[in-house]
Amino acid sequence: MSDIHFSPRLALAGNPNCGKTALFNSLTGGRQKVGNYPGVTVEKKEGIILRDDGVVVRILDLPGTYSLDAKTPDEMIARDVLMGKVEGEDRPDVILAVADANSLERNLGLVLEMKALGYPIVLALNMMDLAHERGAEIDLTVLSSELGIPVFPTVAIKKEGVATLLTQAIEAAKGNPGQNPVSIEWHPPTIKEVQDRFKRVDEILLASVKKSARPLIWSEKLDRIVLHPVWGSVILVTVLAVVFQAIFIWATAPADLIKDGIEALGNFVGSAMGPGPLNSLLVDGVIKGVGSVLVFLPQILLLFFFLLLLEDTGYMARAAFLMDRVMGKVGLHGRAFIPLLSSFACAIPGIMATRTIENKRDRLTTILVAPLMTCSARLPVYSLLIAAFIPNSSVWGPIRLQGLVMLLLYFGGAAAALGMAWIFKRTLLKGAKPPLMLELPTYKIPSWRSILYGLRERAWIFIRRAGTVILAITIILWFVASYPKAPEGASEPPIHYSYAGRVGHAIEPVLKPLGFDWRIGIAFIPGFAAREVMISALATVYSIEGKDDEATAGALTDVLKSQWSVATALSLMVWYILACQCLSTLAVTRRETNSWRWPAFMLAYMTVLAYGASFITYSVARMMGLG
Amino acid sequence: MTSPRCRLGEMSAGMSGVIVNTSGPIELRRRLLEMGLLEGSVVTLVHEAPFGGDPIAVRVRGALLALRRNEANLIEVSRENEGEK
Repeated sequence: MSDIHFSPRLALAGNPNCGKTALFNSLTGGRQKVGNYPGVTVEKKEGIILRDDGVVVRILDLPGTYSLDAKTPDEMIARDVLMGKVEGEDRPDVILAVADANSLERNLGLVLEMKALGYPIVLALNMMDLAHERGAEIDLTVLSSELGIPVFPTVAIKKEGVATLLTQAIEAAKGNPGQNPVSIEWHPPTIKEVQDRFKRVDEILLASVKKSARPLIWSEKLDRIVLHPVWGSVILVTVLAVVFQAIFIWATAPADLIKDGIEALGNFVGSAMGPGPLNSLLVDGVIKGVGSVLVFLPQILLLFFFLLLLEDTGYMARAAFLMDRVMGKVGLHGRAFIPLLSSFACAIPGIMATRTIENKRDRLTTILVAPLMTCSARLPVYSLLIAAFIPNSSVWGPIRLQGLVMLLLYFGGAAAALGMAWIFKRTLLKGAKPPLMLELPTYKIPSWRSILYGLRERAWIFIRRAGTVILAITIILWFVASYPKAPEGASEPPIHYSYAGRVGHAIEPVLKPLGFDWRIGIAFIPGFAAREVMISALATVYSIEGKDDEATAGALTDVLKSQWSVATALSLMVWYILACQCLSTLAVTRRETNSWRWPAFMLAYMTVLAYGASFITYSVARMMGLG
Repeated sequence: MTSPRCRLGEMSAGMSGVIVNTSGPIELRRRLLEMGLLEGSVVTLVHEAPFGGDPIAVRVRGALLALRRNEANLIEVSRENEGEK
């Protein structure tokens, strides 16, 4: 049959929180292609289904939206795909609309809007099990004839009704061959049109719903505690505390395992090959450099696990609700809380997550301050400096000075982010406070499959980054730090004579007022590409022949203690809180803002801030006799 | 009997009524409507955020929505049937 070449394109569209992603996962079984760095928000995803009958179905998971009247970049993608206006993206053959059977009063508005576009539509009435439990009685035949589109009940997380739905969607696509590519013009509806659309929804529901769903009592009861003015705040703080504790405690064992594995690999490769430049490149450059980044994988995955869990259960929106007032104090939106929280792991997903912020100025402000939040790449540098310079004395009972300083560094980053947001919102990005309009979805038992897919996606993105960008940087760094070679009978360590050494010397006058010498200058160069690489760079600079990272870190602590003053260490800590030393952050900012202006501004303001604060720190510390 | 009318943003937790009118800039108004805050829909204020009771969470058309009192004041509510609850 000619069906062999029949390859229908389905677009999955629906309101946020209708179970659309769960349905997408059920349909594709995880065979998905995802774009670059997705945050917590839904990104444009595509899945491929190879059916037994030879039909290859391509499914596009459009971002959730309440209507085609798009406000956020995410919603705009959803609309533009349906309009045939996304470059390189043909119009879909059929829309697979998804509606939460428990919330038809609102969900059907979008369905009617999409139907008016002239596409063949198939409607999945999702979460039917919950609707039944809540006592809803919906006449699907009447609903289907009233809407004028086929309707199928589904329970996406249990894969119920999914096969039938797919078959019907393919059938619908068959009736719509060769419609692509057509571009549809879209005009914002008038108030009357929106009102009429929902009046029609009410008529349809009056005819088809015999009994509405009862309120979900346990979810409402839970909200009485979770959204309680006092208990809600206590719970929020507790949740955050547990998440951060867990990230630091649970990540240690797997991180050590990765560290040992990389070390073993380095030793194996090092001894298996004869000595020479290639050996040095592989062991000192590639394995050590990429390895030092891969060690963060457990921590990043743990943070994402919690973020996905909080999102999936419905808590995230509640956190934004509870935090809106506090964020509002610095002129930010409650929704900015989630991107800033994500930035504790890494600014890249944090910046990606700003896509849910509707207002452009608010979004820009959040993007600009996100890299000030203490990301996990700063953690190893803080650990090293604290271990070397802060005595582990008891401050009060079990609270020790080292832990306190770590907390202060984290707090410093958050305070700087909020402070800068306050300044930006009053100067550069001045504007009226944008409205908050947020759905608080009913609580859900998290879908472990969704969380697993989400984690797999993020792990892969991180590993790919380590394998490409960071690998390239590491090789370049190894080269500039190794060549040209030291002359015969050189008295200084070899790095002194290398390109990196020359640059370090060249920038020393600029860094001197901060208490940094040329050695730190050298380590800054790779540190600008990725913060955590600074440790291995410092180790290289101080010519330590550590056989493993543990020994390196240990030995490096001693070397730094003898070489640096406390004032220099404090100054460097402050520098690390504030400086924008991450090429990936600048790259993602460039992509999200679609201009070089903002990443350039980000780099400039953070460098000025870091320089000023480090200078003050160094000067004050010296005055106090710590120089 | 004249119906006691007030603005959604003036209500406190536990109060409910029927939306009789929405106003404001067209884009914002359209957004309110599309989130389910439509004339004729029953709305109940269920939660108030900490630190001053703003934003608020309202139940309308089967969903729980969070919005600030500022925007909620664009919505006029008739509390005529409050007693029947």
